Amino acid sequence: MERHVDQELKELNKDILKMGALAEEAIYKSVEALKNRDKNMAKSVIDNDANIDKLELVVDERCIDLIARYQPMAKDLRFITTGMKINAELERIADIAVDIAQRTLEIADKPLLKPLIDIPRLAAVAQNMVKMSIDSFVKGDIALAKKVLLSDSEADQLRNIIQKELIEDYMVKDGTTAPRAVQLLLIARFLERICDHTTNIAEDVIYMVQAEVIRHHPEKLKNGK
Amino acid sequence: MKITTKNLNLWYGTFHALKNVNSNIEPNRITAIIGPSGCGKSTLLRVFNRMNDLIEGVRTGGEVLIDDRNILDPATDLVALRKKVGMVFQRPNPFPLSVYENIVFGEKIHADGITRDRLDEIVERSLRDVLLWDELKDRLNEPALRLSLEQKQRLCIARLIAVKPDVLLMDEPCSTLDPQATARVEELMRELKNKYTIIIVTHNMQQAARVSDDTGFMLLGELIEFGKTENIFTAPYDKRTEDYITGRYG
Repeated sequence: MERHVDQELKELNKDILKMGALAEEAIYKSVEALKNRDKNMAKSVIDNDANIDKLELVVDERCIDLIARYQPMAKDLRFITTGMKINAELERIADIAVDIAQRTLEIADKPLLKPLIDIPRLAAVAQNMVKMSIDSFVKGDIALAKKVLLSDSEADQLRNIIQKELIEDYMVKDGTTAPRAVQLLLIARFLERICDHTTNIAEDVIYMVQAEVIRHHPEKLKNGK
Repeated sequence: MKITTKNLNLWYGTFHALKNVNSNIEPNRITAIIGPSGCGKSTLLRVFNRMNDLIEGVRTGGEVLIDDRNILDPATDLVALRKKVGMVFQRPNPFPLSVYENIVFGEKIHADGITRDRLDEIVERSLRDVLLWDELKDRLNEPALRLSLEQKQRLCIARLIAVKPDVLLMDEPCSTLDPQATARVEELMRELKNKYTIIIVTHNMQQAARVSDDTGFMLLGELIEFGKTENIFTAPYDKRTEDYITGRYG
């Protein structure tokens, strides 16, 4: 027997998926804009952010309304509270896409400091983590959520490599490279932050599905729980 | 543990109403028993002061230990048991007597020759405990039946605690009250748990979630799940509990 609230939960699910798709698209476009030095695409990321912000408010209101009217319990409660948190993470991811797009606009007309090798790699890791985290939510897939969490160290490593190279090989050796190096450093930092948000989503998914809190308990993941 | 049930079974004639119920109820906590109609939750509540004995054809098996004494033992003094384990019912049922006489009724039965001063003391203490003293101190001789529903229910609780019980059993104590009165009775329950062990049967899951420390879910005479309230309502381990509390049962 379908309950009335089921229909509303499906609508909420649809909106969160839409939010996920928009955030994913924002990241994809911001990275493409960076790689191709495409200012139009970077601008489109910035312009589209208002739509993501609007949808974030719609999802939030939907969650609050569901809690107020249905007083959900157990997995309904976990789904709604997780939905609210994931909604906020996705909005932050989209904001970071805007940050990347803004940096791209700054550097698009200037000669590249160096060929971009590791930044596109980090971007690919970040994009993949965004996709996996949203898929793990949609499918309630714990294994996929754990894969997201385990991918984070790869992102950290790449960020460290990029940072080390930009500081030691460029900024220290030739101070005049600093303005352009800083832009790339920021972009690497933004991409790594996106990965952190996806791990938050993955942790929320694990809580939603099996009511286990693994946030701030990395040992639970290592122990294979 | 205040109360422990071990392999508790109860039959109404051939109907098996409680099936191997094992539970541990801690002192000075509020324990809620939830479950669909006919699941056995009120029957379980009535086991704790042997109220089911009043029904013809009831048989029980297993043990119910209150303070380590098996109250199902035929030698149990039922008057003493019901003094120790009092009950509040769905509809407040004050006696057709004054407020004062309602409260001292039990004490007069249990303690012969008690002085008027002592009775006055008991009335004040009991009414203070249920936060009714200020409202009723000048109306002690009024008929209790003239009170509001909420006041009647509080008075019934005051009547119970006048005889200094350890355990309060509450069978849907707020089902006839409006939301404000319900909230006040729930506040009272939180106050009372400092002194008493409270077990409440309720159909209102939000009430169980709000007011209780531990919750048991019953279905078809079985205690399916028993645990901390926050766990039962956010992450129950049994699918039947989850289906019931999310409204999927049935």
